[in-house]
Amino acid sequence: MDTKKILFTGVGGQGTLLASRLLGQAVMDAGMPVRVSEVHGMAQRGGVVESTVMLGGLNSPIISAGEADILVSFEPLEAIRALGRCSASSTIITNTVPIVPFTVGLGQAEYPDIEYWLQFMKDNYARVCAIDAETMAKDAGTVKAVNVVLLGVLIGLGEVPVSREAMEETIKHHVKPKFVDANLKALSLGYEVAC
Amino acid sequence: MHPLLSRDSGKKMLLLGNEAIVRGALEAGCAVAAAYPGTPSSEIGNNLFFISQAENSSIYFEFSTNEKVAMEVAAAAAAAGVRSLTCMKHVGMNVASDVLMTLAYVGVKAGMVIVTADDPSMHSSQNEQDNRIYAKFANLPMLEPTSPQEARDMTVEAFRISEALELPVILRTTTRTSHVRGPVELGPLPRDVKKRGVFEKDMRRWVPVPAVARIRHKVLLKQIEKARSMNEEFGFNSLSGTGPVGIVASGVSVCYVEDALMELGCEDEVSFLRLGFTYPFPKELIGCFLKRVENVLVVEELEPFIENEIKIICHDLSLDMAVYGKASGHFSRMYEFDPLMVKKAISDVTGVDIQKPAMPDLSSVPTLPMRPPTLCKGCPHRETYNAAKAALQDLGMEEKAIYPTDIGCYTLGLLPPIQMADYLLCMGSSVGSSAGFSISTDHKIVSFIGDSTFFHSGISSLASAYHNQHRFCLVVLDNSTTAMTGHQPNPGIEIRPPGYDKPRIPIDDVVRGLGITNIYKVNPYKKKEAVETFKAALSGDELSVVIAEAPCILYCKKFGGKK
Repeated sequence: MDTKKILFTGVGGQGTLLASRLLGQAVMDAGMPVRVSEVHGMAQRGGVVESTVMLGGLNSPIISAGEADILVSFEPLEAIRALGRCSASSTIITNTVPIVPFTVGLGQAEYPDIEYWLQFMKDNYARVCAIDAETMAKDAGTVKAVNVVLLGVLIGLGEVPVSREAMEETIKHHVKPKFVDANLKALSLGYEVAC
Repeated sequence: MHPLLSRDSGKKMLLLGNEAIVRGALEAGCAVAAAYPGTPSSEIGNNLFFISQAENSSIYFEFSTNEKVAMEVAAAAAAAGVRSLTCMKHVGMNVASDVLMTLAYVGVKAGMVIVTADDPSMHSSQNEQDNRIYAKFANLPMLEPTSPQEARDMTVEAFRISEALELPVILRTTTRTSHVRGPVELGPLPRDVKKRGVFEKDMRRWVPVPAVARIRHKVLLKQIEKARSMNEEFGFNSLSGTGPVGIVASGVSVCYVEDALMELGCEDEVSFLRLGFTYPFPKELIGCFLKRVENVLVVEELEPFIENEIKIICHDLSLDMAVYGKASGHFSRMYEFDPLMVKKAISDVTGVDIQKPAMPDLSSVPTLPMRPPTLCKGCPHRETYNAAKAALQDLGMEEKAIYPTDIGCYTLGLLPPIQMADYLLCMGSSVGSSAGFSISTDHKIVSFIGDSTFFHSGISSLASAYHNQHRFCLVVLDNSTTAMTGHQPNPGIEIRPPGYDKPRIPIDDVVRGLGITNIYKVNPYKKKEAVETFKAALSGDELSVVIAEAPCILYCKKFGGKK
């Protein structure tokens, strides 16, 4: 199996950790080696939350500059911030709905022009899938399922050695029962948009 | 049933390093555990807490008021023959160090494990001290896992080593081993756990008056030599490759080295020694290793702990070889590593080139807005800060006010627009430093401390401040939980996790008990009243305590506001 370095990035509260954990669980259940790293503590108070999933026997918990094979971003500004971790051959999956940081209101910096930067990604990186995961999550029944929509895209693009069925099983076993249906729907919406 | 109590031996679970430590402790029959929470160690205590809450739990767990108390609880249990564990973040070890240094002298009867979780790069800490030095300082054996599986395995092993040597064993993790998730194969849980022991009196051992301590120091040095010979054969030290370039690593650095060797394809150029038992050093093992390589690169975060030891061994064996690491400039003594950093160093010593990926030109990316952590929407601390600030403004005192602060969510009061956090050292320092500022300056001193921090190390400082007649206003931000680390209970809490029925100690009773009479209570959400109360508390020139009572909104959500 090829090695793969997957970087998940988002804003505290978006469910990045659950997404990386579900992927890690599905990979482990398929009998393949996996390492998942998480950010806990102070960084979770509304800050940027990053996690990584390393496949194919890689053990490092961090992804260095230019070394991410796949970037899964839950928020477009965070996708731009993480571009330095990607190379021209990276796949980028990003939600297009901004969460404007409070520092913008304080005038510390401007929120970037998302349309421009999404085009920049499409022009410069091997594979880019930018979607409104928030609307899709709402369609699935809960805005909280943005993370699983993006997992659906990741699987739909065939970028990870996990089948849709395997991820469905993982969701059934590892997501709180009352959220399972919405998450399965979110997975399927993400999966289909990618295919 | 808690998932970590699975009896399914041989099953694989995707566990966090911290969860794997808990599982290892349970498998080893640990029956007493105590901790004060602190990132990156918190999930160890949290899981032990929930496991211990169940009826007929095989383990007793408590959140002690601080790390020193927790270590004493665990030490006594181990002295009485009951296996025990305590865990803390790196700076927590400073608080417990008074215990640690003498505990090494008296030792234990049953196995005792001390987990220290270090935080290179300071993801959620005030410094990045390297706690491996504590192992050397106290003369205690130390193990360092590289993965969740090793975290489980080494915890089990640590209990065995501790019992064999009658010394506590330090298990040292870092953020990147505590908070990494990986498959862990479970071992069997014991059918019977020894929960009660007998303390056997021995005045020549357990009471280190000078005459006894002199004997026990000698015993300690003998035991640590025994530990050294155990380490020579230790299964978690391993050697791979036969190449001329030596590499030595421990902890998460092992992961970076392994990935780098694979990606550079230079396994044949190197001999790689991974150390799992990093104190006392396996001198013979390292000596044999050094003799078969031409030079050596030491890969370790923070201080040159292994590097310096290797230089001593080189000297002792008259080996004239280059030792690369911190002193050679290959690595920094600051911050955590990343894979590329390690790859570059290995590329430099082996001469194998790194294949650089093509990266698009990002020079046109503008300065992006940051997302600093911030107090939650609706957080009561924000209201308390605003009320205190409004009161100071009304009194015309804002200009000369300074704000010693403390450790918790409320340290975020540092950031605009609040900016009411001016001086911080450690847990409880708000109180002691206010005393110092009060005798050395003419500032209006308003300091802030959380409820859990108050119990951790605020009380004795407040007694000292009152007795020595210092003048400041201490604001206790009582949100009824230890919020920053994930809502652990403390003695003052009114809102409780289900089934938590320990007696409550109201903070105002404690303050009153010290003899302080200037005590005020505010509800920070009632703005007008809060400002008026603050004005009353701040107008005088003597010591006053304002207790701002309003539960953490996240905590309320979690336990539905149950009292």
